[in-house]
Amino acid sequence: MKRIYLFISVFFFAFTVYGTEELVSNEESHNKSDKEEAFDPTPMIMHHINDSHYWHLFDLTDKESGKVHPVSIPLPVILIYKGNLDIFLSSKFHHGETSVKKEDREYFLFHDKIYAIEETGLLLNKEHHPTNPKPWDFSITKNVASLLLSAMLLLAVFIPIARKYKKGKLVPSGLQGFLEPIVLFIKEDIAEPNIGKHNYQKFLPYLLTAFFFIWFNNMLGLIPFFPGGANLTGNIAVTMTLAFFTLVLTSKSGSKTYWGHVFTPPVPKWLWIIMIPVEIIGVLSKPFALMIRLFANITAGHIIVLSLVSLIFIFKTVWISPASIILVLFMDVLELLVALLQAYIFTLLSALFIGLAVQEHH
Amino acid sequence: MDLVTPAIGLVFWTVLIFLILLVLLRVFAWKPILNAVNERNESIQEALAAADKAKEEMIKLQADNEMVLKEARIERDKILKEARDLKDKTIAEAKVQAKLEAELLITSAKNAIQNEKRAAINQIKNEVANLSVLIAEKILDKELGNAADQKTLIQDMLNKTNIN
Repeated sequence: MKRIYLFISVFFFAFTVYGTEELVSNEESHNKSDKEEAFDPTPMIMHHINDSHYWHLFDLTDKESGKVHPVSIPLPVILIYKGNLDIFLSSKFHHGETSVKKEDREYFLFHDKIYAIEETGLLLNKEHHPTNPKPWDFSITKNVASLLLSAMLLLAVFIPIARKYKKGKLVPSGLQGFLEPIVLFIKEDIAEPNIGKHNYQKFLPYLLTAFFFIWFNNMLGLIPFFPGGANLTGNIAVTMTLAFFTLVLTSKSGSKTYWGHVFTPPVPKWLWIIMIPVEIIGVLSKPFALMIRLFANITAGHIIVLSLVSLIFIFKTVWISPASIILVLFMDVLELLVALLQAYIFTLLSALFIGLAVQEHH
Repeated sequence: MDLVTPAIGLVFWTVLIFLILLVLLRVFAWKPILNAVNERNESIQEALAAADKAKEEMIKLQADNEMVLKEARIERDKILKEARDLKDKTIAEAKVQAKLEAELLITSAKNAIQNEKRAAINQIKNEVANLSVLIAEKILDKELGNAADQKTLIQDMLNKTNIN
């Protein structure tokens, strides 16, 4: 029965991806103001997997003018430029149509990036990229909003479960029964064997948080409409931060043996000039691989799903849609697996790296 | 290029939110959950140990019961045996006593008979002697002047002719 539910929900997702992206593509083709031009899925896909200052909901077509208006949730823009802090809603940009003035400072939005306008106005280079200065952008973007939502979701899921235990319900039931084996799996099958019985307790909260954070966000990214849809774990900034945490934990808890191996490798001294850089690269490449793996896997999944949907617009026929839907359905089910798998791999490798660092002997 | 360029704002918010999330989950979720699970594991362990102990005690108790039963049986057998022995002994003793008494009675009876017999014989002997003397006196009244010599002669002759 559960399997049937899963299928129905995935089927539903597939249709919604189809529905939402059709509107986006309309917008794209309108921007080009040439409907007969061949559909290029790249801007649409790039728009989806990149961050945005709006949380796009849907598009409305004005019946009289035939113009398409995107309907989206405006998000707060927080800028630091020349020592000034400016906060306003992204709706003031009117989707890049108008610039925003704050005292003597003026900002404009170009392809979802905020630039400052000096006296010279907008300057574009040969590749049509603005060369204007960029302010420090600490805006609550779509990804940051999604991050906040997922953090709240995690707290809303796990704190009641913890409270259930406190109330003395030691026999798990409901969500508690579903998540407890996963928590125990991370404790007993990831942390304990990789880090070692004596040290693993200290790192368990990080590993658990990382696992559920990545898993929940991977799944939220698969939902194509409002509370989901942000490509958070497929964003290099997020995966870089997570990998950086693993690096910090690994380096901070590194034993004498570990650092001794890096800075005084057991080779003749004249080889140290080669070995020490190699060892340092080894230390850095581990979190680097974590960063790239998660980023590439999740982004690739999003790109494939969107590309398959784009088939319909590339062929400009609705008859291709059954094939598209079946393929997207297949990919979405696969992505559900990848969502869990990548969270597992990230946690497992983090535990492994920490385990290698805390080890006292060879 | 945008795709692989980390945005500073997102890095900042991720660090901030992730660290807050880590602290909150650590305090309000992971610790209570893991503690509760540990506690539960311990209580299960204890319960299992207690069950094992109870089982062992049960077996011990059963063994004890059996032993007590066995001992009781042995005691019963012993008591029965003692009773039987006592009975046999009593009977045997009674028999011996009876026999002894009977023998004693028989012996005394025999002695009495012997004595009576002897007395009777002596009396008879005396009677016979007296009679003989009387007879002899009567017969030899005249012939024997010395009665004492005659009596000695007759006594000798009587002793030689033992009536027994």
